[in-house]
Amino acid sequence: MTRDPDRLTIAVPRGAMLRETLDLLDAVGVDTAEVRANDRKLLFEDVGIVTMRPSDVPTYVEAGAADVGITGKDVLTEQEEREVVELLDLGLGPCRMILATVATPEGEPDPASEALRRLGVMRVATKYYKIATRYFEETGRAVEIVEVKGSVELAPLTGLVEAIVDLTATGTTLKENGLVIREEILASTARLIANPVAHKLKSAAIDELTRRMRDAVAPTSSASAA
Amino acid sequence: MIHPIPNGTRDVLPDEMRELRAITEAMRGVFEHRGYGEVWTPTIEFEDVLRRGETGVDPAYRVFDDHGHVMALRPDMTVPIARVAATRYAHADPPLRFCYFAHVYRGVRPHRGQNREFLQAGVELLGSEGPDGTVEALTLLCEALDATGLTGYRIALGSASLYPALMETFDVPADVGEGLLAALGASDFVRLERLVGEHGLNDALVRVPQLRGGPGVLDEVTGGEADGLRAIVAGLPAAVADRIVLDLGLARGLGYYTGAVFDVLDPALGEPLGGGGRYDDLLARFGRDLPAVGFALNVDRVHLALAGEEAVA
Repeated sequence: MTRDPDRLTIAVPRGAMLRETLDLLDAVGVDTAEVRANDRKLLFEDVGIVTMRPSDVPTYVEAGAADVGITGKDVLTEQEEREVVELLDLGLGPCRMILATVATPEGEPDPASEALRRLGVMRVATKYYKIATRYFEETGRAVEIVEVKGSVELAPLTGLVEAIVDLTATGTTLKENGLVIREEILASTARLIANPVAHKLKSAAIDELTRRMRDAVAPTSSASAA
Repeated sequence: MIHPIPNGTRDVLPDEMRELRAITEAMRGVFEHRGYGEVWTPTIEFEDVLRRGETGVDPAYRVFDDHGHVMALRPDMTVPIARVAATRYAHADPPLRFCYFAHVYRGVRPHRGQNREFLQAGVELLGSEGPDGTVEALTLLCEALDATGLTGYRIALGSASLYPALMETFDVPADVGEGLLAALGASDFVRLERLVGEHGLNDALVRVPQLRGGPGVLDEVTGGEADGLRAIVAGLPAAVADRIVLDLGLARGLGYYTGAVFDVLDPALGEPLGGGGRYDDLLARFGRDLPAVGFALNVDRVHLALAGEEAVA
């Protein structure tokens, strides 16, 4: 987009992480007033910000349509094949990828384990096909992954599946739907990523941004690896 | 009617073909002028021969011949040329210089600028040690790119042996070292930093591979690998040296590199146009022990970068 070696285009995730991300950008000296003021606009050329769904951030950064971006480790893990440079753990938007099933009365077995024991395979609904597939491979369990786009919590309640793999921050939605967390698969926080070509050709600007963000998210620690 | 073609392949029609041909003809002129004779090798090779290269890139497409031998579509041209050098030039005096324009096949995720079948333009310089051989290859690379009309490109230069040497300096245990190399290979500096912290290792293992920029970055490291890079930069003509961006964390995907490695970058494209490096051990695996250096350019990506540069000009 911009060819000026000192100017960076930053891909910013809309949704739950947007506010915290904009606060961080303000703290490192990127003016986000225009982004905050305009809810529908997606491209802010003056400040070099583009906003998008978190799961689209690696796509834009890999292709070089944005030089750097911010997105969750969950997204990066699901899109593991993307060629991006992972620079910094920002600690924002902490959440967990979990395996959950419906709550059962004391003494009754978990329906997923029961399906596995009696039927040899359990059905699992998720939006994270690759993370779920790899997790069950690693833990040696036969599963049938059912990909859903909407509310995953619905799937075990209707009998579509015995378990779900999903992202949760507080666990409130799970609890409200009578689901309990049985296993934790990975912990996720927001990461600063860069396009591999920009990482080399705009190295000074990217290093400066990384340094400032490192200081902003951990003002007390003395930038351990700087 | 629609008749499908395999995923990751495509047809090239005359308008595009003329542009691709202009690129390859420009490069061929430079290669031939510098004494790099063009070769063809079979598209299919015996899998055993390809495996001997220990490249780390497995052939993606395999077929059986009428005797039941497993053959595979070549994933690169370096291994076939190593085979040619060992069998057809077993007693020829080095250095040997070859160039090629050939399709190679990999089981990659197809996207813009990356098909499963793609055309590579490249050279191999066999029997010429670093730094002189590396200087020759880098100079030829820039001359070829200039001939295509590309203007904004840069060459990222690093060393495949720099990080392993660094790990040895700081006595990194072998199992931890594997983790560090995997993190570096994935360009995951968050994981690298975490591993180094967890095992109480020296900060340099995180800091050094993130050093990028002008020759000044070499002042921050010591040892033979840094000296090797200094010698290369010192030997380059000024116009080539101006194109160099040092990248001390550069890790190329192929397993056979032993020393200097480089990537061709252009601001008009989000991924490297190609690259290369030294592979001083590869030819010995085929019975002809010669130091070597080479590079390959993805012709589609050179084309995309040219179009991208045109768009902003």
